[in-house]
Amino acid sequence: MNSYLSLEHIGMSFTARGQTFQALSDVRLQVEKGEFISLIGHSGCGKSTVLNIVAGLLQATTGGVLLENKEVNSPGPDRAVVFQNHSLLPWLTVYENVRLAVNKVFGGIKSKQECHEWTLEKLELVHMSHALEKRPNEISGGMKQRVGIARALAMEPKVLLMDEPFGALDALTRAHLQDSVMDIHGHLGNTVMMITHDVDEAVLLSDRIVMMTNGPNATIGEILDIKLPRPRHRLTLASDPTYNHYRAEVLRFLHERQRKVA
Amino acid sequence: MSEKIELSEESKPAFVPLLARESVQNALKSFSLPLFTFAIVFGIWVFVQTHYAPDLPTPKATFWKAVEVFSDPFYDRGPNDKGIGWQVLYSLVRVLTGFFFAVLVGIPVGFLMGMSENFSRACQPLIQILRPVSPLAWLPIGLLLFKAVNPSAIFVIFITSIWPIILNTAAGVRSIPQDYMNVAAVLRLNSLEITRMILLPATLPHIITGMRLSLSIAWMVIVAAEMLTGGIGIGFYIWDQWNNLNVSAIVVAIFVIGMVGICLEYLMNLIQQRFDYNAR
Repeated sequence: MNSYLSLEHIGMSFTARGQTFQALSDVRLQVEKGEFISLIGHSGCGKSTVLNIVAGLLQATTGGVLLENKEVNSPGPDRAVVFQNHSLLPWLTVYENVRLAVNKVFGGIKSKQECHEWTLEKLELVHMSHALEKRPNEISGGMKQRVGIARALAMEPKVLLMDEPFGALDALTRAHLQDSVMDIHGHLGNTVMMITHDVDEAVLLSDRIVMMTNGPNATIGEILDIKLPRPRHRLTLASDPTYNHYRAEVLRFLHERQRKVA
Repeated sequence: MSEKIELSEESKPAFVPLLARESVQNALKSFSLPLFTFAIVFGIWVFVQTHYAPDLPTPKATFWKAVEVFSDPFYDRGPNDKGIGWQVLYSLVRVLTGFFFAVLVGIPVGFLMGMSENFSRACQPLIQILRPVSPLAWLPIGLLLFKAVNPSAIFVIFITSIWPIILNTAAGVRSIPQDYMNVAAVLRLNSLEITRMILLPATLPHIITGMRLSLSIAWMVIVAAEMLTGGIGIGFYIWDQWNNLNVSAIVVAIFVIGMVGICLEYLMNLIQQRFDYNAR
């Protein structure tokens, strides 16, 4: 019996100018339904590649991905992606950006009115109801990312994939959005796979942190179970010894065992 | 704290009139500086006319010619004698017809070039060779093909307009961020939906830039083309006036061509504001 989402011996090599570069080798991971997984590692270690393979945007050279025991080999709304740079379509309003996804996924199932309500509900969930008719270039970076999350959630994905979703945001906005994501995850119980290079973010949000070794031949170095009770609060956790222990574990992995000279 | 308030209160009365004065000054400048340039050109004109080229019309003669021309721009005394309004309209119709066909052909070709590396590779050398050629060189080919002057002039405008439209459209398609295509992939949009919801809106600003470029060049080229083809049109009007040694009418026509050019530019601006998501 396999897990909900399983990454089976994934290997990835790129060929450029006749040279083959083995980016990933033998990445194995089992994810349970409702789990929040973070992938952490130094830049260039191939964590985005892993996420893109799960999304179906890239094809693994060897191995593959199984979702509910079915092989994944093309992108689809059951694995919605929150892209690093929000990727909202600039000619559509906030509402239209989400509605496009709703129409595509539920157009045949839900009525127009239901689609409309579903769209509004998801935008409410990320606190963006006030800016429905705004275009992406009229709202802040944090708001764009909220809309990106709403769009992904609106597809009701089996797995929500987030590629450094808060990387481009300032620290305060990032904290707000992390809390929002924690709320939503607690509320909807989505299965989430998130890429990050922020240790606090990983410990705060995750059930498990998957730590990747440096490339070439990057793979999973260590997996850390975060056994902190939910709901979690950043303020109480800041002085929690268990939290700080986990934090130190990740830091130790990144800066001692996988030290990278920049 | 109190010091600061005092300071700002002190500076306020001096500051506000300064701003007002500045904006008045700016308005004055944007009016008077161009006037100054016109005056210089005017001076050179008068100087050249009095000292070197007595055949050049005087500003006064030109002014009265303009009054005469504009007093009845749409008179019609047979096929060879029409008012300047008709001349401009005939030229505009030629330009817009040629331009329309160029848009019709250029946008799809540009899309294909932007989407298919091979199609682009197949077309690039041909376009690179033809693009720098003066469109007027195509006029004899047009005459040969269509056996009539009017379609030939339109053909020349078509050739003029098509290159910027193709190249800008292709560049627009190529510059679509991969992110948008990833979104399309995750949403499983089909190719029709991708074209309608992603490709078209994303490339529209580039397409409009190309159209804008080609329309302004086309308006320049039509004058020369009509000088060669004859018939009714602002280009031949100028040539006709030259044959009659009616130079003051030529100066008036130059002014009219410039004004129409500005209007076309303004029109394209409106279109851009309506359809370009960046400009909204």
